[in-house]
Amino acid sequence: MRVLRILLEKEFRQIFRDPAILRMIFIMPTIQLLIFPLAADYEVKHVNLCVIDYDHSSYSNQFVNKIKASGYFSLVDYTDSHEIAMDYVENDKVDLILQIPNSFEKQLVREDKTTISLEINAINGAKAIIGSSYLNYITADFNDEIRQEWNLWPRFNPMPIIQIEPLYWYNPLLNYYFFMVPGILVILITMVGSLLTALNIVKEKEVGTIEQINVTPVKKYQFILGKLIPFWILGLIILSIGLTISWLVYGIVPLGHLSTIYIFSATFLIAVLGLGFFLSTIAKTQQQAMLFSFFLMMLFILLGGLYTSIESMPYWAQIITWFNPVSYFIEVMRMVVLKGSSLSDIKFHIFIVLIFAVFFNLVAIWNYKKRS
Amino acid sequence: MKQFLFFIKKEFTHVWRDGHTLFILLAMPLTQILIFGFALTNEVKNSSIGILDNSKDKASVELIARISASRYFDVVSIIPDNAHIDPTFKKGKIKMALIMPSDFEESLLHSNSAKIQLIADASDPNTATTLINYASAIIRDYQKELMANQDFPNTIKTEIKMLYNPQLKGSYNFVPGVIAMILMLLCSMMTSISIVKEKELGTMEVILVSPIVPLRVIFAKMIPYFIVSMINITTILLLSVFVLEVPIKGNLILLISECILFTITVLALGLLISIVAKSQQIAIFISLMGLFLPTIMLSGFMFPIENMPIGLQLISNLVPSKWFYHIIKNIMIKGSSLQHVWKETAILVGMMLVLVTVSIKKFKIRME
Repeated sequence: MRVLRILLEKEFRQIFRDPAILRMIFIMPTIQLLIFPLAADYEVKHVNLCVIDYDHSSYSNQFVNKIKASGYFSLVDYTDSHEIAMDYVENDKVDLILQIPNSFEKQLVREDKTTISLEINAINGAKAIIGSSYLNYITADFNDEIRQEWNLWPRFNPMPIIQIEPLYWYNPLLNYYFFMVPGILVILITMVGSLLTALNIVKEKEVGTIEQINVTPVKKYQFILGKLIPFWILGLIILSIGLTISWLVYGIVPLGHLSTIYIFSATFLIAVLGLGFFLSTIAKTQQQAMLFSFFLMMLFILLGGLYTSIESMPYWAQIITWFNPVSYFIEVMRMVVLKGSSLSDIKFHIFIVLIFAVFFNLVAIWNYKKRS
Repeated sequence: MKQFLFFIKKEFTHVWRDGHTLFILLAMPLTQILIFGFALTNEVKNSSIGILDNSKDKASVELIARISASRYFDVVSIIPDNAHIDPTFKKGKIKMALIMPSDFEESLLHSNSAKIQLIADASDPNTATTLINYASAIIRDYQKELMANQDFPNTIKTEIKMLYNPQLKGSYNFVPGVIAMILMLLCSMMTSISIVKEKELGTMEVILVSPIVPLRVIFAKMIPYFIVSMINITTILLLSVFVLEVPIKGNLILLISECILFTITVLALGLLISIVAKSQQIAIFISLMGLFLPTIMLSGFMFPIENMPIGLQLISNLVPSKWFYHIIKNIMIKGSSLQHVWKETAILVGMMLVLVTVSIKKFKIRME
């Protein structure tokens, strides 16, 4: 016990003496939490529109005004030339071209039918779909108004109407930060757990000080615990910093109990620390350790459901996510923070992460024995 | 010159002998392309939903059957009553719940109006809105069928044409992004770490006191990574053309020259980092925070720049990847020629010149 205490003291002293690591520990969560959620906003808000109006009638004017007033579109130009419009698209100034034919009003009134055309820059698929559906929506609305004007639309519904009432639970204002911030906390903790631990141990290897420890009577488990405990504590500190920042900056207060978050994070940290420890047993240099953990981290984050939901992935990719501890943590974090899930709701997740923890640590210890 | 070649050879052996690292370096673009190309989609499908059917009549059963038959939804849970909605969401089982009112069919036929509730788990706002939209579309379709084929007066029809990317593939966006990410990793991170390592281990001192021109040693270190980068760019382009079927519409030579230009820019960045950083961990830290994250966040490849607050938009102009991303995307997908992207190219050239001069200058100062 005394040996362990001395080792811990050594580790803590090392960590707190190294300004680079300290900076990493405090700047990383702050920057990531401050910038990432601001940047990571997928919502399609500004669709740049160019209108080619061949008609110049009062209807086409009304229509364009209605689109402008909707707030979804910003009108870049109002022109008569298709060429000019295409030039805008070429230069990424315009996302959507709306063409109103020259007998728009006449056809609409006399022939009961007219066609407008939309040309959409579809390089960004999501934006193209959403932009066109916004416009369709406005068109349908405008269409209804015109019909009201020309036909005595019966006051009583002649046809069945199904009303749809959408309700957005747990985040009624559809605040995107509520979604991103808990996920980013997970990424932070994972990075600290695996990357910092791996780098720390490999550095001792590279510099040669690990040899010195290996020849002392320090037991293997003492050495491992001495390495893992400080980072376990650091991880929990970062979590606390992160939670504080998300409360101060984004006003996110976990609906669930804080203890639920800490219990899960503590378990999860044991798993990623084991992973970092394992990486350190295979990497010979810090460069390797960095690259290995970077590679894994990339897989974990991309396949963790942070940006795109796991359910929409193809089946083979979903199977991969079962073996991704990060995906469980992201899910739990969102459940507890936003829905107020309790320990019993997430017991399955805890169980899985415990398996990860045991597995990674066993493999790491086994691998470590072979080299010492 | 002969000395220089020797050094290049030495560095090559270093990189070549480290099989693990080389493997990961070469496998990285492959995995990224596969993941981005096939696993990540913004499209929502097979979402688990729960159903609470309060009426259980013919119309409601039919509508539910229609929803569960769509590829967007997967009915995983039948909710017995209102009290069970919240717990089902809390267990994370479902993303949306469809609540059918009691007497659905009757109210639909007699009062011609019925109200369906769609409850979405908006902790993921994007998915929530998408699911609601999809479900509403199915319900509206169903309603249209009920109305049969009545002709409406004064109809505005819409013709939609998707330019450049008619199949709405996501690949068009990320291929240039993956190139930028890989180049950042290889040319800045790996290079700076390998230079700083020499500092950390003290071998740099040996080189500095030897008669070799030190900058040459540094260049020799960059060359293997430069070559691995070129291999990776080739892999990425081949994969994107043959596996993802993303065409290269523009001039290939222009495309490759732009890639080389960007590679040199990031190599210079790597050199600069290696001059500033005292230890490998600091080099890693600077490249992660200063280069890698901005590439992911501010280059426009994952998140739209126009949505960002103005401050971030301004900062994004300083990120070389942003310009590179823009150039490559336009050349590959729109087939733009140099006259369309000369501005961005000029900016990149400017950045490269500044970075190269600054890092060479700084390097000399350190020697004195």
